[in-house]
Amino acid sequence: MHVPDGFIDAPTSAVTAVVAAGAVAVSLRGARRELDERTAPLAGLVAAFIFAVQMLNFPVAAGTSGHLLGGALAAILVGPYTGVLCVSVVLLMQGVLFADGGLSALGVNILDMAVVTTVTGYAVFRGLVLLLPRGRRSVTAASFVAALVSVPAAAVAFTLLYWIGGTTDIAIGRVATAMVGVHVLIGLGEAVITALTVAAVIAVRPDLVHGARGLRRPLRLRVGGEPVDAPEPEPAAPAARSHRAVWITGLVTSLVLAGFVSFYASAHPDGLEKIASDEGIDEKAREHAASDSPLADYGVKDVTDARVSGGLAGVIGVGATVVAGSTVFWVLHRRRRGGTSPADTTAPDA
Amino acid sequence: MGAGHAHRLHRPGTSRVHTLPPHTKLAAVLAFVVVVVSTPREAMWAFGLYAVLLAAVAGVARVPPGFLLRRLLIEVPFVAFAVLMPFVAQGPRTEVLGLSLSVSGLWGAWNVLAKGTLGVAASVLLAATTPLRDLLLGLQRLRLPSLLVQIATFMIRYGDLITDEMRRMRIARASRGFEARGVRHWGVLAASAGALFIRSYERGERVHLAMVSRGYTGSLPVIDEVTASRAQWSRALALPVAALAVCLLGWTL
Amino acid sequence: MDPVTDSATTAVPASLKVAGLAFAYPDGHQALFGVDFRVERGERVALLGPNGAGKTTLVLHLNGILTPGAGTVTVAGLPVGARNMAEIRRRVGIVFQDPDDQLFMPTVREDVAFGPAAAGLRGAELEARVERALALVGMAGSGNRPPHHLSFGQRRRVAVATVLAMEPEILVLDEPSSNLDPASRRELADILRSLDVTVLMVTHDLPYALELCPRSLILSDGVIAADGPTAGLLGDGELMRAHRLELPFGFDPRTVAPRP
Repeated sequence: MHVPDGFIDAPTSAVTAVVAAGAVAVSLRGARRELDERTAPLAGLVAAFIFAVQMLNFPVAAGTSGHLLGGALAAILVGPYTGVLCVSVVLLMQGVLFADGGLSALGVNILDMAVVTTVTGYAVFRGLVLLLPRGRRSVTAASFVAALVSVPAAAVAFTLLYWIGGTTDIAIGRVATAMVGVHVLIGLGEAVITALTVAAVIAVRPDLVHGARGLRRPLRLRVGGEPVDAPEPEPAAPAARSHRAVWITGLVTSLVLAGFVSFYASAHPDGLEKIASDEGIDEKAREHAASDSPLADYGVKDVTDARVSGGLAGVIGVGATVVAGSTVFWVLHRRRRGGTSPADTTAPDA
Repeated sequence: MGAGHAHRLHRPGTSRVHTLPPHTKLAAVLAFVVVVVSTPREAMWAFGLYAVLLAAVAGVARVPPGFLLRRLLIEVPFVAFAVLMPFVAQGPRTEVLGLSLSVSGLWGAWNVLAKGTLGVAASVLLAATTPLRDLLLGLQRLRLPSLLVQIATFMIRYGDLITDEMRRMRIARASRGFEARGVRHWGVLAASAGALFIRSYERGERVHLAMVSRGYTGSLPVIDEVTASRAQWSRALALPVAALAVCLLGWTL
Repeated sequence: MDPVTDSATTAVPASLKVAGLAFAYPDGHQALFGVDFRVERGERVALLGPNGAGKTTLVLHLNGILTPGAGTVTVAGLPVGARNMAEIRRRVGIVFQDPDDQLFMPTVREDVAFGPAAAGLRGAELEARVERALALVGMAGSGNRPPHHLSFGQRRRVAVATVLAMEPEILVLDEPSSNLDPASRRELADILRSLDVTVLMVTHDLPYALELCPRSLILSDGVIAADGPTAGLLGDGELMRAHRLELPFGFDPRTVAPRP
């Protein structure tokens, strides 16, 4: 999924690079909160881990294999900010050292594979952890769904970017269908491996799983030989708040990106298209934007201004994703309510 | 994509390209790639000239063509994508060898192939002529945030180590008769990944202790500051400037 | 275990003085229950003890990574505390067990320079310091190699150099002989003997302790259970058994000729 140079046009790449830089800057501050002065060594080691895990090919079927993207996994294990940083550094190094992903497409790659997977994955994960009964099994299940959603989300983000700044007019509907279709399959693999990995870590070192911090048992102190519960250092509120912050940040970012960037991009028809029309080789291509081509699926009907239409479509796309996600939450939430009492599943065994 | 990671990319040398300060090379490659991406795809000759420019750099750096071409294989997944384009893109169609292909799809395929290949070739040349360590120094000199440079430094330092641990775990699995053949075995792979994460994280904690013990307070001291003279800058920027001239010609012709 | 006479301290303060040190981890596990000892300047002392005795916990107190629940640590007259942490970390050089943890920079030279550079040293002075430290461990000329290209024994020696470059008051080694082949083990012993620095060596390797350290401490259950000449402690079978310390098969400390 590493996008090479030339896939996305220069203006879109530039805007995306700025957005990606902003996201990384926010993550730098956030990661300091998550890890304080241990940020550099820990995030560095986790980045090395993600790098290694991306090489861990898992056999899918009949000789084909897939590999992890690792965004959701990183977010669940070390937190969303550190996760974004780790995957971004991995992408940067892959681009500079291995020519894996174009340098001009670095912004696209970071936004797509580091920011979207991580933020979506973490938002879904935290949402589910809050809704599901407290317990390790819930964490595993939430990891599964988070990873499953994160991969097609990245595919949707890529499609969106491609639609804004793609260099070939392939019907965007087809790109979306193909990308999302394929990536739901990849997402399944990602989900299974992510969930099992999180489960494996949680079984041995639950304290290392950032996303499961709410599950810690209270500390105990030995005072005069008698075990006494240590006072809770902090209530669970900050976790919830940070979750909300991530959720809102993600939503706002994607809305701004979808709306503003697509507005911007269509306000300045890119040079390639301009040349193409000057040369008269694609008289027909010009009309595709307003015609009955499948691209119109992504434009909003009855809105004549192409720019506004494009921007709206982007916003609606993000909205639809959020609604779909929320529906999943809601359904699971209802099911939980209908099920057995969840509260006692995590009663500490001490 | 995964196959290329383990390759040793750097080719030590003493050529004029090798000895350029890393940050000038990074800046030059980035500028070159941006210029290439901004070139109109109809100016086919321009891409030919870009290729000639890169070949000249490779010649000066004494990077053998075979090495360069082998490294280009990393692009293969996207070649497949490009090949599909003429079939799935819309717009007017044309007949090529009895196949009905989309004109804009053909242009798109050409665009991705030409620009992608040039981008990969430029990056490969950069990596081939610049040691890892210098690339990090170059990024630092180009004002990449220090924390990112630190993370990248640790990633590079421990990447091999962790990959090695992963390999040892695979050997340990294999010597107990395990071979991952399908979906049923994902659990075992994931257990390894989990163990690998714990080891990595714990090593991160130990590294942090070792750093703190030697006076670390959040920022790495700058031990090597790379500098570049005006001559070195102009030599490095010759590539993107020449490319820019080609690009401007491409726009006006 | 009687307190050391204070006559010598008026002139030169002890390199290391630990008094009444107690510590419990936040999870409630108490590792140290009042540790008292002192190490004079230039001494080489082994800290022996079974697994879980609190050796690592103690080491992490020496440069202020852990803060004592009770008691004090003093390095060359300077109390370990938040106010003089930078100076303490310069004075106490800890060599950790896994050299890969210690060598975190991309090249040997940068790694050795890390400590002095963090203390503010720059330029030619820094270069000289690095050269000297590498020469002391017999690794001069390896400055530009990446650590993972060195053998394990070489990495351990470079790890010692990273600490020596800070010109510490006291060198604290955590299991220095682990994973070393016999030749590397001997090379490291030669280097440690040649250094003009106070050494505290935490180890399971009793013959190595006997070879290098005239004096030993036994840390057991969070207190110093014994303090005396190494040969004497190792020869006391009952004491050794009481603290789960075992000599390797066929090794008799009484028959080993003391090194000059």
